[in-house]
Amino acid sequence: MATDFTQQGFSRSPQQRATVTSAIPSQIPSRRSYPRRQRLPSLNGVALAQGLGWFSIALGAAALIAPGGVSQLTGIGGDRRSVVRGVGIRELASGVGILTQRNPAPWLWSRAAGDVLDLALLTSGLRPGNPGRGRAAAAVAAVAGVLAVDALAAAHLTKHAGHPLVSGVAAPTDLYFETSIATAKSPEECYRFWRNIENLPRFMESLESVRALDERRFHWVAKGPAAAVREWDCEITEDRPGAALAWRTLNGAQVPNAGSVIFEPVGPGRGTIVRLSIHYSPVGGRLTAALAKLLRQDPQSQVREDLRRFKQLLETGEIATTRGQPTGRRSLIGRAARRWRLTSSN
Amino acid sequence: MKANVWYGKEHMRVEEVPDPRILNPRDAIIRITSTAICGSDLHIYGGYIPGMLAGDIVGHEFMGEVVEVGQGVRNLKVGDRVVNPFPIACGNCFFCQQSQFSLCENSNPNAWMAEKMWGHSPAGLFGYSHLLGGYAGGQAQYARIPFADVGPVKVPDGLSDEQVLFLSDVFPTGYMAAEQCQIQPGDTVAVWGCGPVGLFAIKSAQLLGAGRVIAIDRFPERLRKAGEWSAEVLNYEQVDVPEALQEMTGGRGPDACIDAVGMEGHSHGVFGAYDRVKQSLMLESDRPPALREALKVCRNGGTVSIPGVYGGFLDKVPFGSIVNRALTIKSGQTHVQRYLAPLLKLIEQGAIDPSFIVTHRLPLEQAPEGYRMFRDKEDSCIKVVLKPWADPPTLNSRQSSGEVEPQSEAKPHLH
Ligand SMILES: NC(=O)c1ccc[n+]([C@@H]2O[C@H](COP(=O)([O-])OP(=O)(O)OC[C@H]3O[C@@H](n4cnc5c(N)ncnc54)[C@H](O)[C@@H]3O)[C@@H](O)[C@H]2O)c1
Ligand SMILES: [Zn+2]
Ligand SMILES: [Zn+2]
Repeated sequence: MATDFTQQGFSRSPQQRATVTSAIPSQIPSRRSYPRRQRLPSLNGVALAQGLGWFSIALGAAALIAPGGVSQLTGIGGDRRSVVRGVGIRELASGVGILTQRNPAPWLWSRAAGDVLDLALLTSGLRPGNPGRGRAAAAVAAVAGVLAVDALAAAHLTKHAGHPLVSGVAAPTDLYFETSIATAKSPEECYRFWRNIENLPRFMESLESVRALDERRFHWVAKGPAAAVREWDCEITEDRPGAALAWRTLNGAQVPNAGSVIFEPVGPGRGTIVRLSIHYSPVGGRLTAALAKLLRQDPQSQVREDLRRFKQLLETGEIATTRGQPTGRRSLIGRAARRWRLTSSN
Repeated sequence: MKANVWYGKEHMRVEEVPDPRILNPRDAIIRITSTAICGSDLHIYGGYIPGMLAGDIVGHEFMGEVVEVGQGVRNLKVGDRVVNPFPIACGNCFFCQQSQFSLCENSNPNAWMAEKMWGHSPAGLFGYSHLLGGYAGGQAQYARIPFADVGPVKVPDGLSDEQVLFLSDVFPTGYMAAEQCQIQPGDTVAVWGCGPVGLFAIKSAQLLGAGRVIAIDRFPERLRKAGEWSAEVLNYEQVDVPEALQEMTGGRGPDACIDAVGMEGHSHGVFGAYDRVKQSLMLESDRPPALREALKVCRNGGTVSIPGVYGGFLDKVPFGSIVNRALTIKSGQTHVQRYLAPLLKLIEQGAIDPSFIVTHRLPLEQAPEGYRMFRDKEDSCIKVVLKPWADPPTLNSRQSSGEVEPQSEAKPHLH
């Protein structure tokens, strides 16, 4: 069951602060402390779909590489090679579709339809006198089981197709993290500064600009390290003045993400804890994400630095920097450190 | 401009670099008239401070004349003569609001590095590694001062550079070290290390009402200075320090102990060799012989104040003494901004003359030589003041008895 994370953040009242983990879907074991980076727990449908995708690919490959073996094994007889090859191509197509498309539901339905065709083919092997009759019976049973799983996954994902976790945001590689920072300013001041969208590019380093499309929707343009400029639209899903904001990208975003920021009062005159939660799909999958983390180019490190800059701007009116100051001659290491922004100085 | 640039362990060079410019609204640029080498700079020189990059401009004790201010700086104007504190502090954050300036949350652009090393990040410092911001330092002709509306203090023309320069660091550092001891009238305070920090701690302890100050070092000229500031002295090469301190206090131990030595403590014998080997194998980041002694001899319930800088992991530190004898430990980089006004007042009143510690004046060009001399305590060196605008040939010839620079206030002290 997919969880509506835009609600999650807000379900956390100040009284519940002590049990902050309760706001995280209960399936997450609370063995790690903040910031947490977890696979979304509620996406069984998506994970299942991914498994089925790989199953399709394996099956399709087998059917293409060894059609004879496959027809032998399933007891449908050795003269059906071309039919088996056709099945192989279809399986490959659904597998690729399930694994690469943001919304795998239609491809799961196509798998289910394929299962029905396969059943028809296999039942022909049940004809009396077929020497492979026993194997055919076993294959029918297996495919019927697979059909049930396919239908279940397809139905689940169809049901939640409109939900951001499924369409657009929750690819199987989705990541989630929370990060926070304490500021000396009041929740109202923090909220006002954040809600003034023009301020965002001042502290979000990878952001080029944000433009309002209407009251709730905004057009974002990112700088992006890969030189390719990325743009997307984003809508505010919840807006609680002086307390919180939540947003998600609209369909079509290249890096779908959704998030919320909560401005939590610490106590009278004690400022605010700004809590940010982000769900996102890393570009290029998990390996790239791990590499990016090593170079501190991952969203979590970047967002953490963004929060620091937010605090600096709000409290001091400027962002501490050394870029542009004089230095002696830098070695290769020094230049690399600067290139990868491991140090802020030049 | 000319600046002293770090290129590696024991490798510094004075060279031409670009002039600094205003980068943020609250910046100011000052033309530096005097700058000093600090015991903390020796840790950089020795290669003990992590996060240095070849090409870093060093130095954090400096003063000069304001030549440019950003539009956010209202309290300074071009021409003001100022001394600059070594920690960079915003004045707005949680810590600054409590006057804990060296813990400013907003001045270290590389806070994440310090967090990896120490758990949380302190303030950015001038010329003190990328861990602490990577800010260009003040052993140069000019420096950019971030948050210039909070840090620099204006100083009256009647006082010479050398009387006020040490407000930038070592005077407040010695003062804070003594203040942290919560000295009660008549207390006995023992101070390890009679370098600039130790000497100012000695003087401050007296100003704060100590009855007896005992100074520990091994260099006669430093002990002599301590004596001139009316401390009793112990040469740790001639006496067993813990034993002597026990003896002097009737077996109870000093009420407060100050470690003004830091991570490059020197000692003979087994522990000394042990620390050197471990430090060079990088199994231990700091050599703490003075701290070990202080923790051992401090009286029950007393305070051990540690201005000496330690960077990482210490070995064979008798933590059991702290717990079982209820010691109070105080430390920190100095919250210099907090002390500027009151200490300037003490100088103006003549209660203390900080120029007392200066032994060497050199042109900036000779900074590398100054470092070596100060590190080796050669030529009775206690404090080196560098003159960024001095004419190199004049001072190079150490025979000259002329002025350091035309408007210079003090005669160069030449040996
Ligand atoms: N906390 C701060 O903000 C702050 C500021 C400035 C300096 N410091 C630190 O203070 C320390 C001293 O600085 P300094 O400028 O006076 O340096 P310094 O090198 O001139 O003085 C150190 C003195 O300690 C003596 N010493 C070494 N081993 C000893 C031992 N076992 N027992 C007794 N004395 C011993 C040396 O002989 C030397 O005289 C350094 O660690 C420096 O980094 C801290
Ligand atoms: Zn210093
Ligand atoms: Zn601050």
